Amino acid sequence: MSKKQKGQTRVCVYPDWCKGCGLCVAFCPAKVLVLNPFGKAEVANEDECINCGFCELHCPDFAIAIKPRTRNGASQPDPRSGWSDPESEHGRASPPEPTPEPNPNPEE
Amino acid sequence: MADVTQLIHDYLRHNKKFPHVFCAGCGHGIVLGSLIRSVHALGLPKDDVVLVAGIGCSGRMAVYVDFNTVHTTHGRALTFATGIKMANPKLKVICVMGDGDAMSIGGNHLIHAARRNIGVTALILNNQIYGMTGGQCSSATPQGDISMTTPFGSLEKAFDIVEMCKAAGASYVARGTSFHAIQLDRLISSAIMHPGFSVVEVFSPCPTQYGRKNKFRNAVDMYKWLKANTVKVETLKEPDQKPADGRIPIGVFRDVEEPGLEERYFELQRKLMGQNR
Ligand SMILES: Cc1ncc(C[n+]2csc(CCOP(=O)(O)OP(=O)(O)O)c2C)c(N)n1
Ligand code: SF4
Ligand code: SF4
Ligand code: SF4
Ligand SMILES: [Mg+2]
Repeated sequence: MSKKQKGQTRVCVYPDWCKGCGLCVAFCPAKVLVLNPFGKAEVANEDECINCGFCELHCPDFAIAIKPRTRNGASQPDPRSGWSDPESEHGRASPPEPTPEPNPNPEE
Repeated sequence: MADVTQLIHDYLRHNKKFPHVFCAGCGHGIVLGSLIRSVHALGLPKDDVVLVAGIGCSGRMAVYVDFNTVHTTHGRALTFATGIKMANPKLKVICVMGDGDAMSIGGNHLIHAARRNIGVTALILNNQIYGMTGGQCSSATPQGDISMTTPFGSLEKAFDIVEMCKAAGASYVARGTSFHAIQLDRLISSAIMHPGFSVVEVFSPCPTQYGRKNKFRNAVDMYKWLKANTVKVETLKEPDQKPADGRIPIGVFRDVEEPGLEERYFELQRKLMGQNR
């Protein structure tokens, strides 16, 4: 589960619940998170996340979720709305449509 | 780690106001998460769990989580919990109290619950202060520390909750911290499954009322302090002695099997009913 492999996760912060205590920012071993000028945690280096789980276990406000990336790079769709997800307009992750593979044998 | 936060959200009462009332960086939120994970790991249905809370910031926990919950009066949570357990021993009764709740106003109930070995879990959130009412000194405030009522430093010694519960006869006694969340999950799970009275003391930082007055610049500093100033009791050469370097031992301090009061009561009931047949 928590293999020390980078680039496997999406780090999602729910800004409405984050109180900016800074625990996740201070203790993340991979320096994935920063506090933004609004005093909320923000994802800065998502590709560095090693999925250690510290932030999820210690956020006193349950405002961070670490989710696996799907093959095409997006996180799993989240059943709850409102999670900040840089790739979706409405804060909800929606994996992009897979582009059809070019046919390697055009004769067939 | 994918489902940690999702799982917690599944146990919260989303019709309550969120984010919850605890201050930024308050350890009580972390303990709430740990309690939810512990119950989930044991596979207990929500309806089999009763959370009995006293009054204080710690007591607010009962508002947010979807177990059977009772928000009682300051210091008396254990008396309600004892009644619930005696009436329906199948329920897992967990009593959330602050240090003021459990040790100051409710100290007498705590020692007698331990003496009786009633099958209840006491989860004592020790932030070393009366958080909710503005930061007065509690019986767990360390000697010399500043509080609203001890501006020159407390002149009194603090209770050692673990030692007191052991001496009073509790059959499971453990201490964890909000920083050591994975260990805390384990301590709470084994306390819930323990047949007699179980106590888990949790060092849970209060940045607002305690930290600010005692040279902690922010919440993060308090967690760094917990990391540096605790030691796993199983790594100590003499686990019965307080470490000479002043670090706080954490882990399980007592775990013995003794039938709980409710078991002894129902045993007696069976015996007497057999005689009258
Ligand atoms: C009988 C009674 N006395 C006093 C109070 C006022 N009071 C409310 S909470 C509290 C102390 C809370 O401290 P603690 O139990 O340590 O909880 P914390 O807020 O620190 O988590 C006090 C004295 C009360 N509500 N009821
Ligand atoms: S730990 Fe949680 S509340 Fe604190 S800054 Fe990080 S996301 Fe925000
Ligand atoms: S899971 Fe670990 S590495 Fe990834 S963001 Fe959280 S604390 Fe940082
Ligand atoms: S006053 Fe202290 S114990 Fe109460 S919510 Fe704030 S930080 Fe937590
Ligand atoms: Mg307190």
